[in-house]
Amino acid sequence: MNGIMASQPAVVAVHDLARDYRMGDETVAALKGVTFSVAQADYAAIVGPSGCGKSSLLNLLGVIDRPTRGTVSIAGERVDQLGDARATEFRLRRIGFVFQRFYLMPALSARENVELPLSEAGMKGEERRARAMALLEYVGLSRRERHRPSQLSGGEQQRVAIARALANAPMLLLADEPTGELDARTGAEMIALFERLNADGTTIIVVTHDEELARAAKRTIHMRDGVIVGDDRVRPIREG
Amino acid sequence: MLLTLAAASLFRHRARTLLAVLGVAVSAAMLLDMVMLASGMRESFRSLLLSQGFQLRIAPKGTLPFDTEATIANADSLVMLLRARPEIEAVSPVLGGQLHVPLDDGSAVTGAALGVEPAVQGDYELVTGQHPAQPGEIVVNQAFLTAMRRRVGDTVSVAAGYDPQLRSLMGRRTVRITGLVRFIYLALDQRAAALPIATLREMNGASAAGRISLAMVRLRAGSDADREIATLQSLLPLVTLISTAEAIRQVDERLSYFRQLAVILGAVSLVVGFLLVTTLVTVSVNERVGEIAVMRAIGVRRWRIVAQIVMEAGAIMCVAAPLGLALGLVTARYLNSILARFPGLPERVDFFLFQPSAAWTALGLLALCGVLSGIYPSWRSASLPIATTLRQEAVG
Repeated sequence: MNGIMASQPAVVAVHDLARDYRMGDETVAALKGVTFSVAQADYAAIVGPSGCGKSSLLNLLGVIDRPTRGTVSIAGERVDQLGDARATEFRLRRIGFVFQRFYLMPALSARENVELPLSEAGMKGEERRARAMALLEYVGLSRRERHRPSQLSGGEQQRVAIARALANAPMLLLADEPTGELDARTGAEMIALFERLNADGTTIIVVTHDEELARAAKRTIHMRDGVIVGDDRVRPIREG
Repeated sequence: MLLTLAAASLFRHRARTLLAVLGVAVSAAMLLDMVMLASGMRESFRSLLLSQGFQLRIAPKGTLPFDTEATIANADSLVMLLRARPEIEAVSPVLGGQLHVPLDDGSAVTGAALGVEPAVQGDYELVTGQHPAQPGEIVVNQAFLTAMRRRVGDTVSVAAGYDPQLRSLMGRRTVRITGLVRFIYLALDQRAAALPIATLREMNGASAAGRISLAMVRLRAGSDADREIATLQSLLPLVTLISTAEAIRQVDERLSYFRQLAVILGAVSLVVGFLLVTTLVTVSVNERVGEIAVMRAIGVRRWRIVAQIVMEAGAIMCVAAPLGLALGLVTARYLNSILARFPGLPERVDFFLFQPSAAWTALGLLALCGVLSGIYPSWRSASLPIATTLRQEAVG
């Protein structure tokens, strides 16, 4: 299969994945039978023009949508038809999400935003605060723990979002245009952070238009009109 | 964490939250008042009827006490029969009538007269002075005393009636005012006096001889009121025996208009409170569907989102409820003072009687409304498709 190194087990396995949307009387096929896999500790960038199905694919990988056809397995578990409760639990413990618009809770501080998924996972009091602080330190924001999102820059907000995504040590980090709302300098910092995350063992899949971000990935999956049209391995998985 | 989010959400829109709290407080006040009104008069009457410890009332056949001017004949033998029964501790016979008091300027004031046996009477409470133990003594309430322009200790000429043909007062007596009293079953502004029943009978002449309007009966401790009524009813077929429970039932019947009004207005205020909070929660939730979708995407369970929003609705209710309670009590007090002027109502009857159970009922209904008002909008928003919602939020 494309992109799997023999020495690494597949974290993500997608087979014949299709997703149709109803738009009034019409049916639009966003994905038309996509098959690929991503190995553990890999760093893949999905690129392609707008409307090619990148975000639809990411939503299915993130278990926040269901395919019209095909299967998605993550860490050996079929996730394409999970019920709501199990899908929620799966997202909480196995997947980290980073959004283009950060989507932090405006009423919570940076640290409380990071604590949110930890609290949901049942982590209590001091342990939770310590873990949130450690994650903020990892993304370089330990001194901004009390600030609300409105008091942070775009880059800082995205760092908090990454810390939140990493809260429950997910096996897969999904990012949808993570540099889309950032200037070039901050975008470069974000790219470096993703590289560091991957070097530390996190499997990452990003959807992006940002060429710099795509170049930083070890593998680039090209999409067009709902299908994969190219899959380039730039660097081996173990190379940081 | 849920509490933090709920509190933060409420504080983010302070003005809206404050308006909601005030709206619910007004609704809660009205609800409390209506609950108090629905049960207040009944409880107030019950308390009034039981206040002197008389459990049975004996009235002329087919009437309520003082419902008509009808009287019971041969009352002395009736009272003797009652007093002979071991189940009965005391019997208080009462004869109703009128009292005319000619004034120095040629005019006269009229009031109600109650002929009683002062030793066992249960119609008045002595405020100052002494009971009218002797035939020429009388006690009056403040309204009568003021109208007569007399003081306790004064001697006054009174009459039992006025003959329009002779154009003169009948049954005249000179009596001494021995005390100021408060009549339990009469309105505050109703002029009234009490004097020994024998004196009132003499003043009214042959038509009142041996008659009473009412007898109140106090049973000994442990006696069964229903059984005693059944026994007495078979012994005394020409009178009506009314237990306190029966009297309350009859009062209930006559006050059903108030109760229905209270229930309808109470339900309306509850619905208004419910709709107010539901609207607020719905608006708040609609503003946050993106946030909610993100929370769902990062693994927050649906019920936790519902719980957070229900907490917000509950918090509004919790703050508004005590405010509403205080407002309701102040309003009830004011309304009570207006309604107390209703003609003929006993001074002690309250329309709005505060009872802890009524307050708990109102608060419980409000809390339930708070929970219900939060559940639907929050569940709906937490059930929106996550991917679609996020895409719409991104486009928006």
